[in-house]
Amino acid sequence: MPQANNELINAASRVDIDQWVAKYPADQKQSAVMAALRIVQDQNGGWLTTALMDAVADYLDMDKIHVYEVATFYSMYEHKPVGKHKICVCTNISCMVCGSGEIVEHLEDKLDIKMGGTTEDNRFTLKEVECLGACSGAPMIQIGENYYENLDAERIDKILDELK
Amino acid sequence: MANEVCFRTLHLDEPWTLESYLSVGGYQSLKKILTEKIPADDIIEQLKISALRGRGGAGFPTGLKWSFMPRQTEGQKYIVCNSDEGEPGTCKDRDILRYNPHQLIEGMAIAGYCIGADTGYNYIRGEFWEPYSRFDNALKEAREAGYLGDKLFGTDFNFELHSHLGGGAYVCGEETALLESIEGKKGQPRFKPPFPAGFGLYGKPTTINNTETLASVPVIVEKGGQWFLEHGKPDNGGTKIFAVSGNVKRPGNYEIDMGTPFSELLEMCGGMKDGYKLKAVIPGGSSSPVIPGDQMMDVTMDYDGIQAAGSMLGSGAVIILDDKVCMVNALARLSHFYQEESCGQCTPCREGTGWLSRIMHRIEHGHGKQEDLDLLDKVAGDIMGRTICALGEAASMPVKGFLKHYRDEFQYHIDHKKCMVGAGSK
Amino acid sequence: MVTIEINGQQVEAEQGQMLIEAADKAGIAIPRFCYHKNLSISASCRMCLVEVEKAPKPMPACATPVADGMVVNTQSTYALAAQKSVMEFLLINHPLDCPVCDQGGECDLQEFSIGYGDDKSRYAEIKRVVKDKNIGPLVATELTRCIHCTRCVRFGQEIAGMRELGATGRGDWMEIGTYISKSVDSELSGNIIDLCPVGALTSKVSRFTYRVWELASNDSISAHDCVGSNCNVQTKNGEIKRVIARENDAINDAWISDRDRYSFEGLQSDERLTTPMIKKEGKWAEASWDDALQFAVNGLKDIDDKTQIGAICSPSASTEEMYLLQKMMRGIGSNNIDHRLRQSDFSAQDQDPVFPGLGMSVADISAQQAVLVIGSNVRKEQPIMGHQLRQASLNGANISFVNPVDFDFNFNVAHAFTIAPSHIFKELKVLAKATLENSLSAAPGGLAALVSSVKVTDEHKQCITELSEADNSVVMLGTLIQAMPNYASIRMLASYIADATNSTLSYLSPGANTAGAYLSGLLPNRTHVSQATSTNTDGLNTQAMLNANLKAYLLYGIEAERDLDKPVQAVNALNNAQFVVSLSAFVTDAIKAHSDVILPVAAMTESSGTLINAAGSWQSFTAVSKAKGLSKPGWKVLRVMGNLFNIGGFDYQSSEDVINELKSEGQSETSKSSNQISWMCPENISAQTSDVQRIAELPIYNVDAVTRRATALQQTQDAQVDCARINSALAKKLKLEESQPVTAKQGDNTADVTISIDDRITDNCVYLPAGNVAASSLGGGFDAIELLSKS
Ligand SMILES: Cc1cc2nc3c(=O)[nH]c(=O)nc-3n(C[C@H](O)[C@H](O)[C@H](O)COP(=O)(O)O)c2cc1C
Ligand code: SF4
Ligand code: FES
Repeated sequence: MPQANNELINAASRVDIDQWVAKYPADQKQSAVMAALRIVQDQNGGWLTTALMDAVADYLDMDKIHVYEVATFYSMYEHKPVGKHKICVCTNISCMVCGSGEIVEHLEDKLDIKMGGTTEDNRFTLKEVECLGACSGAPMIQIGENYYENLDAERIDKILDELK
Repeated sequence: MANEVCFRTLHLDEPWTLESYLSVGGYQSLKKILTEKIPADDIIEQLKISALRGRGGAGFPTGLKWSFMPRQTEGQKYIVCNSDEGEPGTCKDRDILRYNPHQLIEGMAIAGYCIGADTGYNYIRGEFWEPYSRFDNALKEAREAGYLGDKLFGTDFNFELHSHLGGGAYVCGEETALLESIEGKKGQPRFKPPFPAGFGLYGKPTTINNTETLASVPVIVEKGGQWFLEHGKPDNGGTKIFAVSGNVKRPGNYEIDMGTPFSELLEMCGGMKDGYKLKAVIPGGSSSPVIPGDQMMDVTMDYDGIQAAGSMLGSGAVIILDDKVCMVNALARLSHFYQEESCGQCTPCREGTGWLSRIMHRIEHGHGKQEDLDLLDKVAGDIMGRTICALGEAASMPVKGFLKHYRDEFQYHIDHKKCMVGAGSK
Repeated sequence: MVTIEINGQQVEAEQGQMLIEAADKAGIAIPRFCYHKNLSISASCRMCLVEVEKAPKPMPACATPVADGMVVNTQSTYALAAQKSVMEFLLINHPLDCPVCDQGGECDLQEFSIGYGDDKSRYAEIKRVVKDKNIGPLVATELTRCIHCTRCVRFGQEIAGMRELGATGRGDWMEIGTYISKSVDSELSGNIIDLCPVGALTSKVSRFTYRVWELASNDSISAHDCVGSNCNVQTKNGEIKRVIARENDAINDAWISDRDRYSFEGLQSDERLTTPMIKKEGKWAEASWDDALQFAVNGLKDIDDKTQIGAICSPSASTEEMYLLQKMMRGIGSNNIDHRLRQSDFSAQDQDPVFPGLGMSVADISAQQAVLVIGSNVRKEQPIMGHQLRQASLNGANISFVNPVDFDFNFNVAHAFTIAPSHIFKELKVLAKATLENSLSAAPGGLAALVSSVKVTDEHKQCITELSEADNSVVMLGTLIQAMPNYASIRMLASYIADATNSTLSYLSPGANTAGAYLSGLLPNRTHVSQATSTNTDGLNTQAMLNANLKAYLLYGIEAERDLDKPVQAVNALNNAQFVVSLSAFVTDAIKAHSDVILPVAAMTESSGTLINAAGSWQSFTAVSKAKGLSKPGWKVLRVMGNLFNIGGFDYQSSEDVINELKSEGQSETSKSSNQISWMCPENISAQTSDVQRIAELPIYNVDAVTRRATALQQTQDAQVDCARINSALAKKLKLEESQPVTAKQGDNTADVTISIDDRITDNCVYLPAGNVAASSLGGGFDAIELLSKS
């Protein structure tokens, strides 16, 4: 029987995953699947491959299809390569009312890509997302782990310039 | 007076630290309960007196919910906190996690004591990395200080608490979807019955409460149910955080007494930004029906008050819509959201949200037909009451609300293939 | 019991039952898509919404428990409005391709839409389209038609025990599929076709070859294993188009194996024999029935010493055929009659039970709390028995195995004693000793001495404790063990273990009708009226017949080189015989090579008869498809032959006459096996350890002539068994690598095979299955074997 290559998950990721596994009852390892997918996604530069999902399935003793289901249900898992910085732009109601339309336009112009696209130098990916729960700071975006609120074109320029 | 309950550390320098929390009397309620062996029933009684209702959206009385747990029976039970905060407009739980995480921990420990659970999980939405880090740090502090772990305060009460991070799915805010998600599955709501109090996380009896609900508990225990009740109105006890967004001068979270008139809240926010006029308010998160601004000025901010005006307090997210907002555009955006976020398992929601969104897209882009208006209303009606979870309702109620009050704007889009407001589609 | 009211009618229901079950019992139809009585409840399609008095919303009948005094209306305006709207939602994204859909005519969606749908859709948007996926040779997908009921997903998880299909994505872009391209490999996979309420999953084998309303539907019995699953065979103009499951809660629930579903394809093989054939002076010629029958009878009459004639019959023939075959043979004066094709140890045959069976119903297996299976890959041999064991396991049963291969099971195995065939007897001694130590009764004569030198481990103890503590437990002998050289001794110990742990001794038997063969006397040592030794019972068993180089053989439904153990030796015996008669549905060069006359007998579905399953259920079937060419039902052929031999008593009008005669002579549908064997201490056998030993399982899609010719089944993963599997230790010892071509050698017999390394195989053994082409040039299934690398 073909075994998924466990080696794909590096040592640091394993330590990280194990910490999550420890939070749940001993017979409920699969509770750590969301964390594991996030961890291997980070390890892989921001996106998941089938091999990585298989490795997670193996690591947590789950059916592969179960892992695919989880990985395609939640919107934070990426199944195609993304740029170094994934810029998530909220366009939901509060942000929309406060001008997310202009934010989107500005980003698209500045990076010369459309929503969903990645810059040629692989530095930025633009992604339209649903409400991120920072509505009183609208309009807002998320880059990596950070939220940036109360934006306008000028602030965005500054933020992008500061990103390596 | 504001910020008396969940935000009571907010005036401090680093309000999220254990030190700050202890300085406002933190963990004293838990200590008192445990060391004085106050019976769980007494605490639940205080909650009932306080008229604390669930802050997650449904407004279910918290004391009553806790009393459903089979406390006396042996076996594992769980307390789960819902910090998924995904309802558009809502951003209050994030600030509780960021600025007062210890109060949530204390609230969950008290809940654990009351329902007989020695383990808790806090489900934090995946995008909330900063709040998650703050909360996890607080967990560490609490563990080290002996507020979590075995034999708290030398009693035989053990309580352990973990955070679980989501992965980007609004529906996981629905309590049973949330449980599925902790179990490592897709976040698809369960059909009820059985209810979580009988069959919850890993099949064990479980209570699920919103972040704000649980964070309110220590103060209620400290100051008494009556104190809390008096901050609100009968059946609508306490303070409530209103997350105000939109073009007001000072958008933000306001923890104020339940029953405060909307007009006062608007004033606290500094009123509308210059150049903007109040047009309408979505008073309780994106799924609550919209209310025209003038009507809203007469409404008090509490469950019953907003309900009387034909909407819901929901999660307490107050979305201010100004005169530059096209109502067709606004509804199209919301409908798109529900289509994106339907979990897909039950037919009326899976198919209906997509249908609504496609019709709205057409109308917005000038391809609407006269029949569409009745069709929207009918499709929304066909979803309601026929789905597994309330996401179906959440998707339908805005449609009904917008159509009820702003049919003329929809009609204009159909007739003129463009927007009445001018600020319509970008 | 509670009483509820549905549509004004008082209905009795059981506490805890769902409304839909109560309504189904009372014959009140509630539409549904996701609900299926043999699957978990998902309550997601919402088609079953009904009005329940005092409920604030319409309630899904499939997930609403009954409560005393509940008042339900399934057809009020309120209920209908809900059902209608669900119907409309389901149809908006469903293609309107009924005219080209295989499900057309039996589609639940189509059926309900006639009742509920509006003529005109108000849906003016673009419909969802889902890209199709190839999920293997058996099941065709058209996922644009999927209505997301998830029955197929739940089936995989709950019944097949292999989560292969899933629902990926979410919302209205959720898709059913395997996500990556991958075949669905469960041996029960075809059931998802029956389960799918629309045409999203259909049969790849028969697609586009019929419209449902052209099909005649015929109840029948599956004939590929001893389960006797109930099925429905559907034909168009007398040709089988498909086979679907027929519910029987005592046997197969609502499921059939893929083998039972797809084997019919083999009946359409080019190798079907359509006319009688005679070999004269080495040349084959077609013949009339009269000529061929006369030729066959004359050829046998020419043998003066009738004990020089032997008859070997397939264990899947009908009871009627078996009965007539043995009656004819005994009538002409030979007791050389057998159906035990692969058995090699006949030393205890006189202790065989009335028929080797389960000693309980098939469904009872799922109620066992502990099971010890000896020598069986049950999941692939009798897939539905595997399903029942899985249900037992899900109910908490401890299921253990003594096997030469650590086979893959889709349930938890409590203890796996994986051991080379030659060591199984010793393993049983250990288990017997554990039993003895656990038992309060004295050791039967000789046992203590026999087991004195073996050592019991905790795991053996545990296994025996589980058996003895369970209220219901079984010690089960599989077909692998029945083919092994020490079978009699092993069985004796198994029988002791069963007795001493208060377990039932059960048999899984080869073919579809071993029970019928026993009950009809298709055995050399007993007739249909005598349970044990009596007169006319001094015949030779299969092996002895072939060893004896008889002058004449009659083969019934047999492909010698595939169906018999030691095939080379068997074929030699046939080649050397003076006269060989084959009754067969197929003709091949191999059959031609060793036969003198071949009579085309109809396949099971083309004939009527009775199969008796391992539970002892007599299940009769009728002809449902047209016999190929001139072929005739076997019982008719045997009737004529009996008459040509002038035996008398062969004047049957119908197959019922035959079975009635068997019944009137003593066998009844209630004859049940006690399966108890009286103790006779087996002699000690010490295993020879040096040789590498062969393990010859009969693979799932190689069990009979029909299955072997079912092309789609032959393309499945389970059919890919043409290699010699050894574990890595043996590979290292023999310096062999994965995929390396080698010569397998048993005595003078050789075959070219490639190596596959598989650590489920025990040490020093080569798994080289029986029944396939390579095996036909080899020796005994469990004899010594060498692997020689080809440089
Ligand atoms: C689609 C949907 C989304 C929800 N999202 C949230 C959420 O983000 N946070 C929350 O606390 N409750 C949410 N709820 C409500 C929960 O199901 C549940 O009622 C609540 O967590 C209970 O806590 P409470 O009684 O303290 O309010 C949601 C409900 C639905 C139907
Ligand atoms: S209403 Fe929507 S989100 Fe809720 S269960 Fe049904 S499909 Fe899923
Ligand atoms: S049959 Fe009840 S919801 Fe599908």
